[in-house]
Amino acid sequence: MTNVFEIAGKVSLFGFRAAIDSFRRPFEGAQIVRQLGEIGSKSLPLVIASGFALGAVMTFHTHSTLVMFGASAISPAVQALAFFLEIGPLVTGLLVAGRAGSGIGAVLADMRATEQIDGMESLSIDSFKFLVVPRIIACTLALPVLTLFMDFSGLAGGFLSEFATSRLSLQLYIFRAFSNFQWTNFWPPTLKTCVFGFTIGTISSFFGYTINEGAQGVGKAATSSVVVSSLLIILLDVMLIKVIFFIFPESAL
Amino acid sequence: MTNGHAPAVAFDQVSKSFGSKHVLSDVSWNVPVGEAVCILGRSGTGKSVTLKLIIALLKPDQGSIWIDQDDVTHLEGPRLSAMRRKIGYLFQDAALFDSLTLYENLAVPLARLTQKSPGEIDYVVDRALGQVGLAGDKAKMPSELSGGMRKRAGLARALMLEPRILLADEPSSGLDRITASEIDDLLLQRKAEHKTTLIVVTHDVHGARRVADRLVVLDRGKLIAQGTVAEVEQSENEVARNLIGSNA
Repeated sequence: MTNVFEIAGKVSLFGFRAAIDSFRRPFEGAQIVRQLGEIGSKSLPLVIASGFALGAVMTFHTHSTLVMFGASAISPAVQALAFFLEIGPLVTGLLVAGRAGSGIGAVLADMRATEQIDGMESLSIDSFKFLVVPRIIACTLALPVLTLFMDFSGLAGGFLSEFATSRLSLQLYIFRAFSNFQWTNFWPPTLKTCVFGFTIGTISSFFGYTINEGAQGVGKAATSSVVVSSLLIILLDVMLIKVIFFIFPESAL
Repeated sequence: MTNGHAPAVAFDQVSKSFGSKHVLSDVSWNVPVGEAVCILGRSGTGKSVTLKLIIALLKPDQGSIWIDQDDVTHLEGPRLSAMRRKIGYLFQDAALFDSLTLYENLAVPLARLTQKSPGEIDYVVDRALGQVGLAGDKAKMPSELSGGMRKRAGLARALMLEPRILLADEPSSGLDRITASEIDDLLLQRKAEHKTTLIVVTHDVHGARRVADRLVVLDRGKLIAQGTVAEVEQSENEVARNLIGSNA
C-alpha cells in the first residue's frame, strides 16, 4: 500500500513537472507534431472502426427493445446521447491507452535501456523536455479530436443499422438524433477527454522514462502503462461526470 | 604521474554504491589536459560508472570530481549543461537516437545548442560524417548500420560540439581487430589534432597500449594501479599485471 502511495506521489510530481515545462522554452513544436502523428493519426483507423462497430451493434440491441415499448423513434437520440456523453469519451480513452499508451511506455523504456536517454543528457539536451513533454501534450490534444471521430463514426454505424432495419432516411435520423441535444451534452464530455489524454501521456511516459530494467523493463513499462492508464481513466470518468453535473446541472438527464 | 599540466579531470576519493554493492571505493586519479588515459579492469569493477560520474549522469556517494575549476558533483541546471558541453561521450552501443536518421542524430546537438544556420549545420555534419567514413550514409536509420558504422557514427556525434574531453566506453567491443584499430586511429587523430583529453574504458589491451599515455586499473571498485604501460607492467599487483598481459 505504501508503494502505491509512493508511485502515486511520483507520478503526480512527474505530471506537474511536465505541465510546468510545457510553458517553458524551447516549445518542441516539431516533436509535438511528430507525436500528434504517432498518437493521433495512427489511432484514427482503430477509433473509427471501433466507433462504427459499436454504433451498429448498439442500435441492433436497443432498437428491438424500443420497438416493444413503441419508442423506436427515440433510437437516434439515445444513440447520440450515449455516444457523446459516455461511450465516445470513455472508449476512446481506453483505446488510446491501449494503443498509444503501451507504445509510449515501450519506446521510452527502450530508449532508457539502450542509453539513448543518457546520450541525450550527455549532449546537454533536456531529455524530459524533448521526449516526455511533447508526448503528454500530444495525448492531451489528440484525445478530444479522436473522441469526435468516435462519436460521429458511432452515429454513422447506428444510422446504417437503423437504415437496414427500418429504412429511416439520413436526414430524419440526424434530426431525431440532435432534436433535443444541448451544447452542454457536447462540450463538457468531449473536453474532459483532455484530462484522459494528460493522464495517458503522464502515466505512460512515467513508466517508460523511469523503468530501467533492460528488455524486461520494456514489457513491464508497456503493460503498466496500459493497466494503470485504463484504471485511472475509468476512475476519472466517474469523478468528472460528477463535476460536469455540478457545473452544468442541465446536462444531467 | 602527470606531465605538469593542470588535470582535465580529477577524481578525489570518490565512492559509489548501488544498494549494497560497492562499485567504487575511495578512488583518486587524474588525467592531464591533452593526454589519453585508458581505464582497465574486469567486468563489473566500475569502469562505465566512472565515465557516467564524470559527465554527471550519476552522482557519487562521496568524494569530488573536478573538471577545470568545477566540482561536477554539485553542478545543476545551466552550469551542468555548460560543463557537459565540454565533454563528448561515445557510448558502448553508440546510443544513437533510433527514430532519427544518421544526419539528424548529428544535427540535433548543433541545432539545439549552437547558433549555426541550417547551411552551416549541413556543412559541419557532412564534414564529420566524411571524417568517419560515413559520408554516403547520412539518410540511413541507425538500425541500417553495422556495429562498426554505429560506433563511428556515435564518435562523430560525440565530437559535434568540439569537446575538450572525450569519454569512450568500450570503443572496440564487438568489433573485429581491423575495425577496432580504425576506431583507435580516429581517437588518436582527434587527440593529436585538437589536444582532446581522452578517457577510454576498454577490455582491449592491444588498443589500450596503442592509445593510452597512462593506464588506470580498477579491481573490485578499488584503484590497484596507475601509470604508464611500462609502470603498470612493473606493478606489484598481480591482477594489474595480468590485465595488461605482462604475465602472459
